[in-house]
Amino acid sequence: MLRMTSAVVGMTLALGLPANAQNYPTRPISMIVPFAAGGPTDVIARIVADPMSRLLGQQIVIENVAGAGGTTGITRAAGAKPDGYTIMMGHMGTHGVAPALYPNLKYNPATDFTPIGNAAGTPIIIVAKKNHPAKDLKEFVAWVAKEGDKANQAYAGTASVSHTTGILLVSMIPGAKSTLVPYTGTGPALNDLIAGQVDFMTDQIVNVVEQIKGGAIKAYGIATPKRSPALPDLPTTIEAGLPSYQVSAWNAVFGPKGMPADVTAKLQDVLNKALDDPNARKRLDELGAVVPEGADRGGAALQKLVESEVARWSPVIKDAMAKEKK
Amino acid sequence: METLVANLYHGFGVALTLQNLGLCFLGCMIGTLIGVLPGVGPIATIAMLLPITFGLPPTGALIMLAGIYYGAQYGGSTTAILVNIPGEATAVVTCLDGHQMAKQGRAGTALGVAALGSFFAGTVATIFIAAMGEPLTKLAQLFGPAEYFSLMVMGLVFSTVLAQGSVYKAILMVLLGLLLSTIGTDLETGQERITLGIQNLSDGLDFTPLAMGIFGFAEILRNLDTPEARDVVRTAIGKLLPSWDEIKQATPAVLRGTFIGGLLGILPGNGAVLGPFASYTIEKKIAKDPSRFGKGAIEGVAGPESANNAGAQTAFIPLLTLGIPPNAVMALMVGAMTIHGIIPGPQVMTKNPDLFWGMIASMWIGNAMLVIINLPLIGMWVKLLKVPYRMMFPAILIFCCIGIYSVNNAMEDVLSCAFFTFVGYLLIKFGYEPAPMLLGFVLGKLMEEKFRQAMILSRGSFWTFVERPVSAVLLAIAVLLLIIAAMPSIRAKREEVFVE
Repeated sequence: MLRMTSAVVGMTLALGLPANAQNYPTRPISMIVPFAAGGPTDVIARIVADPMSRLLGQQIVIENVAGAGGTTGITRAAGAKPDGYTIMMGHMGTHGVAPALYPNLKYNPATDFTPIGNAAGTPIIIVAKKNHPAKDLKEFVAWVAKEGDKANQAYAGTASVSHTTGILLVSMIPGAKSTLVPYTGTGPALNDLIAGQVDFMTDQIVNVVEQIKGGAIKAYGIATPKRSPALPDLPTTIEAGLPSYQVSAWNAVFGPKGMPADVTAKLQDVLNKALDDPNARKRLDELGAVVPEGADRGGAALQKLVESEVARWSPVIKDAMAKEKK
Repeated sequence: METLVANLYHGFGVALTLQNLGLCFLGCMIGTLIGVLPGVGPIATIAMLLPITFGLPPTGALIMLAGIYYGAQYGGSTTAILVNIPGEATAVVTCLDGHQMAKQGRAGTALGVAALGSFFAGTVATIFIAAMGEPLTKLAQLFGPAEYFSLMVMGLVFSTVLAQGSVYKAILMVLLGLLLSTIGTDLETGQERITLGIQNLSDGLDFTPLAMGIFGFAEILRNLDTPEARDVVRTAIGKLLPSWDEIKQATPAVLRGTFIGGLLGILPGNGAVLGPFASYTIEKKIAKDPSRFGKGAIEGVAGPESANNAGAQTAFIPLLTLGIPPNAVMALMVGAMTIHGIIPGPQVMTKNPDLFWGMIASMWIGNAMLVIINLPLIGMWVKLLKVPYRMMFPAILIFCCIGIYSVNNAMEDVLSCAFFTFVGYLLIKFGYEPAPMLLGFVLGKLMEEKFRQAMILSRGSFWTFVERPVSAVLLAIAVLLLIIAAMPSIRAKREEVFVE
């Protein structure tokens, strides 16, 4: 009986999927965002989902499933039916850092998903309290190295972007060993940075751009090859003397593993067009987000990105965790 | 002063356009409705409505979203008073005396005082934000982790006053709340604590299922096991609006509540949750006859409700002057602003004066609208209490479950709420009160965070709490309160104050 039921289910699935795919989508699509509403990933997801919905002729509904550095939502999305009606906005954290940070992670970023395409990345900026003695990045690097564990570095909690990119920064400065001060979010961390309770942190451009412009905090460099139009006076880390520090919090659309090829192709095409939508583009530019171009778009490029990111973060995080244990 | 008037004039010019007035009204209306529906909080609603605001001009969109936020605060107190279900931490205190008033047939009075007190608090807070936003921001910056921790300690010492029965049991409940708050991922090491391997617990217990289960659902269970008692609420409706005497009684409480709530609201890290608790404590402490509290004292509704609304509004200060969201709803407002191309920061005031002053003006207009929406609704809400309980409680349960589910789109939250319902029922049966526990739970999270930050920054020296003047003063007050409590002569008096 059981075998028969499963056979019937199997047949329905086999027959059902291609039929669905031909006129996909016929109902609203749910996009799982693994972070709370209002954060950078959520904002980018909503900006991209808007033109995508119009192009698909079906609404993409954003579902925020936050928790455990985004891995709760991604775990749930990875287990969804791969029919194109559940997709997700993956992230540097969930698809790059998580395997090193969470030994019991229930998914493999490189093999358990159907990559659809990179959407937008937000560059990382090194910021410090406004009366910090260092004038530029070179002085700052020297200061961090000299202060050792007297330097207080804020971050927005385990697995947050400011945590991992902050660890990466310190790992690149020989002799540096800052004291990490944990906060429960970017807001409280930034608040104490403005008040001068902590010395420095790293964060996504969108979280700090206005505080930098308003003079509430100081910025030393942006970790991208090119300067950002949002902060044209801020030198890149390449210009300012820490060229190896290149990092941005990328956000990319994935589906669960095993999505039909034509559904994947349709989503890739729609995402591609959405990224060129002038209105969406304008909104992303205002955030200081960087949209991938040309060869950096699409599923194959995303697959490569995931693999290289997992390989990049694994030693950094393991080193940092080993140091902490000592 | 002149510029303030000019700025406010400018703001009202923006807020009083037909479109913005309409959006403000819409926001307040939606906010009231979702506030009344227990569980469906402003966070879920604002997140749901974000895409709709894409087509609107940014100022109008934000006016509407802000309306949802403070409208929900109004609506939340309605549910707290009528059915004893707190949708948010700030409504817990309103349940204590508000629901008692409803049981005595004074639901209309309680709702009326809550609405009028909130309106007054909203008006004052609006002027506060407009006139002193920036200096207040600087004041809030004095509160580093050490100061914040000391403030929480003071809050905990206060908290035992919330108890209506035994102080001993109240302290136990506060400690239980503190313990519950330690469930979840360790802030510093990322290790999971007491999660029993349940993934849903890795970010800690959620407040909504906990409070609804232990407060609201447990109350429903209790109502169901005594057939006579459950109809108490609908016996007499009483008058719909507070009498002149009652207004006179409530006014000082409103003034104090507004002040305390407004001040705590500007603190980073959601200081606003402390407001209603602090206000209730003070009202009970200075009342001539504190034994009335917990049995339907009007000050116990007026003070905390004003504090709640003042705090909800002054919480906009760090957002508008620094671009820093002090709580989850404000974080969502940041998201909404960002989507509209306005990244909030210290320059919003100069770069987007329309948005800044328009929003401040709309807060006052919104508060006025809420009174207009809510006062006529009071009659309707009170009539709702006439619905037989056997029909009402399934509806309440269903709405609550939908609400809880909507917070994280997680079934586990509904299940954990069911679990806490039984815990809450047992607690009631054994005479333990849930309010001190919820305060312990709310403060516990903040306290641990701030304590550890302060200890990391001081490299493990406890002196940091005494060396910093603001922190030292707060701790001194807490110690003083403890000494007073411990002194036998005063203690005897205190026992007669606390024990029914």
